[in-house]
Amino acid sequence: MGEKVKKIVKTIKVNLDECNGCRTCEMVCASFHAKPRYSNSNPNRSRIRVVIDERAGVWVPIRATDYTKAECDGRRTYTIKGREYSECSFCGTICPARDLFKEPDSGLPLKCDMCESDPALEEPMCVQACGLNCLTYEEEEVWVEAEEQVKPAEIELSLKSLVDKYGMGKLADIVARMSQKG
Amino acid sequence: MRYAETGYNLEVDLTTGNIERVETDPELVELHLGGHGTAARIIWERVPPEVKPFDPENLLIFSAGLLEGTSAPGANRTIINCISPVTNYLAHSMMGGYFGPELKMAGYDKIIFRGKSPKLIYLWIHNDKVEIRDASHLRGVGAQRTAEMIREELGDPRIQVASIGLAGENRVYTASIEHSHSSASRGPAPVMGDKNIKAIAVRGTKDVNVFNAEKLFEMSFNSLKSVAKNPNVGDWMAYTWDDSFHHDNFSWGNSRVRRKGYWSAELQERWKQLTKRLLNRKTGCYNCLKECKLSIQHPGQPAYGAKCFSKISWHMCSFDELDFSWEILAVAQEYGLDNFSTPQTIALAVELYDNGILTDEDMPDFPENSKERFYYLLEKIVRREGIGDILANGSYAAARQIGRGAEAYEHNTIKKFEQLPLKLGKVNFPYFLMFSTGEKINITQIQGSYPQDPLRNPEKRQKFCDGWVAAPERFKKFYMEWEPRTDPSMEASCHICDWNETMHYIDDAVGTCAFLSSFRGQFGGKPAYHIYNFPKYINAATGLNLDSDDVWQIARRNRNLVRAINVGRGMRRADEKPPEDHWKVRLPEQEQELLSMYYKFKGWTDDGIPTKPTLDKLDLGFVADELIRRGILTGEETNVYEETTTLPAPTDEQLEAALYSASEKVRMAQGGG
Repeated sequence: MGEKVKKIVKTIKVNLDECNGCRTCEMVCASFHAKPRYSNSNPNRSRIRVVIDERAGVWVPIRATDYTKAECDGRRTYTIKGREYSECSFCGTICPARDLFKEPDSGLPLKCDMCESDPALEEPMCVQACGLNCLTYEEEEVWVEAEEQVKPAEIELSLKSLVDKYGMGKLADIVARMSQKG
Repeated sequence: MRYAETGYNLEVDLTTGNIERVETDPELVELHLGGHGTAARIIWERVPPEVKPFDPENLLIFSAGLLEGTSAPGANRTIINCISPVTNYLAHSMMGGYFGPELKMAGYDKIIFRGKSPKLIYLWIHNDKVEIRDASHLRGVGAQRTAEMIREELGDPRIQVASIGLAGENRVYTASIEHSHSSASRGPAPVMGDKNIKAIAVRGTKDVNVFNAEKLFEMSFNSLKSVAKNPNVGDWMAYTWDDSFHHDNFSWGNSRVRRKGYWSAELQERWKQLTKRLLNRKTGCYNCLKECKLSIQHPGQPAYGAKCFSKISWHMCSFDELDFSWEILAVAQEYGLDNFSTPQTIALAVELYDNGILTDEDMPDFPENSKERFYYLLEKIVRREGIGDILANGSYAAARQIGRGAEAYEHNTIKKFEQLPLKLGKVNFPYFLMFSTGEKINITQIQGSYPQDPLRNPEKRQKFCDGWVAAPERFKKFYMEWEPRTDPSMEASCHICDWNETMHYIDDAVGTCAFLSSFRGQFGGKPAYHIYNFPKYINAATGLNLDSDDVWQIARRNRNLVRAINVGRGMRRADEKPPEDHWKVRLPEQEQELLSMYYKFKGWTDDGIPTKPTLDKLDLGFVADELIRRGILTGEETNVYEETTTLPAPTDEQLEAALYSASEKVRMAQGGG
């Protein structure tokens, strides 16, 4: 068993029942991340978007999560109150399949960074602006396994066993090829 | 660089299909601010009185207010103007939602339509790309469904759509333009239908430049937090369980029957359970935390939006069970019918039938059940079939077309336009003026800055005044002198009417919602926007250095400009009267004395026409010249308004204290970035 270490996990909890679709979170997010700070309030530059489907009674704030070069190979569909939504509808991933969470001018991805700044905010701006308790911020201390320290002696031992099995020449070829691929 | 406004209007000639992006004159912002103000200026310059509402020369203008697209909370109203077929005066219509800010971000302050399209179209605006698209596949499609289809067709759920339903297509006068869960009534929808525009779809991704963004954001952010906590702004009547105020005080049927005591604990519980069952949630508009609309959904049907008045209008007009409103609203909104005038017009038709003026010949197979009668007439109206073709012209025109004494039953309009169904005791002076002389021709669009009643306890009255940051000093004096159960003095009444309308004119120019401002000053005295902080928002957004008196003056200019448009179209003193039986006790002599005093106060002639000295003083000399050229003024009239002052203004500390207490101060990250 490895050693346990303390880590702070930041979470924005979303209570979908409380969202009223005002998109104020979008406006303040865009403003906070504008350069210079607060120099524009364009929700198209926001890292949070409220997906609204009024006829279906759906209001869903989504934060931009990870960037990916490739879109999904196959997508699921979800049915909510009889209406079908693609997996993309409520996905926070910044991917080539749609222009959500991309700078409207450059197309560069916009990822939620929990409003990291110096001095630090007590809560991300979207949470501060949401007076409806739809967005709430939580910090949780969790204990996680410390990453194992690399022990060179153990690696050497493993390599020796591979040399014994396949020979030094073959192993060196493979390492060289792998390093060329990057 | 232009600040707050984009500096460009979109001009669409529907007859030729020509689309132009036209640069606007920056001076117009200094004169009129924007929104309703600049739209009125365009109508004045380009739509002479000879142009009739359904002429191709009538313009249809969609405006985003000056502060829209900025961080200013609740600046999201789309203002829609044209010459209204209901009144033949300037239509004053607005809707909330997201359309106005999206238009700004697409790079336009206004869309100006002229001419008529030869076929049904919709306009698609995507930043600089603007195209007229065929809408023949959308003919007869419901208004909200149209928005949904356009979004699917263009492949972007973030597109904002303003559309009309079958009612607008058929030029029903009580039709409305629908967008999101908001709608715009009072005239423009039938003009939109007449011009063959089914919808406007807009998607904008550009920045809106402002003069001092950091300052504007700081004010806006603190105001947002304050607004969320402030119980006196927003529309709590949209969702309060105790709705005795509306049900007991507004008249039922054809705005004739008071049912005081109708509301009971048992009824309220039933209402609550019913609404809870159908309610998705409360919803709001762009950049506003208040939840003034209800998303209602019957099982298996699309959701729709309801507001404080629409949730009661249908069942009160039909004397039916409470659930009738929830049921018929879904149908009426999809047809794109307003929920203010339409049920009142239908109730009038039912009353005419019950009194033998309309007969089975007019209404074959007319059902006996009230609910079925309403559906019967609704379907006839939207299709303009049979009697529906007459009723589609609204209560005033329909009563006159029907004749046979029907005019006597039509008793709730001012200048041909439907009013709130109120039945009160003795005439109320400020309200007499607001009802009679308001250019918006609807009382709810004028009142709201001054309380409707004085607090009985003088100490409480004083306390209210002490914290009343929104009020210029003279109104505190009037309020302190106002004894319960008496009228304010005639002088006070003129000022009160003037202030009420002024705040609405500012809202409508900058695009802020009345529920954060002009309509909510009467409660608590601390609306989010008022005459003292508007200049600060306008300065941070535009760089214009205005004080409260300057902003008041701009509102006065806009008010007089709209007045001149309507006077040019024939409006005179004789038209300025409230609905026939609005008050049980009328005071004809005092009313006329009051009207004369108000005209004098406004710098108008005794017939309610702005004089040349007044117009000159407002930089509207060209308007005076035109009125003289047309023989409406002689140019010899000397009456001129006296400027009122907003001084002494509260200090910044007092304003800040009114916005939020020290303990509630919002932390904002400074620097970094």
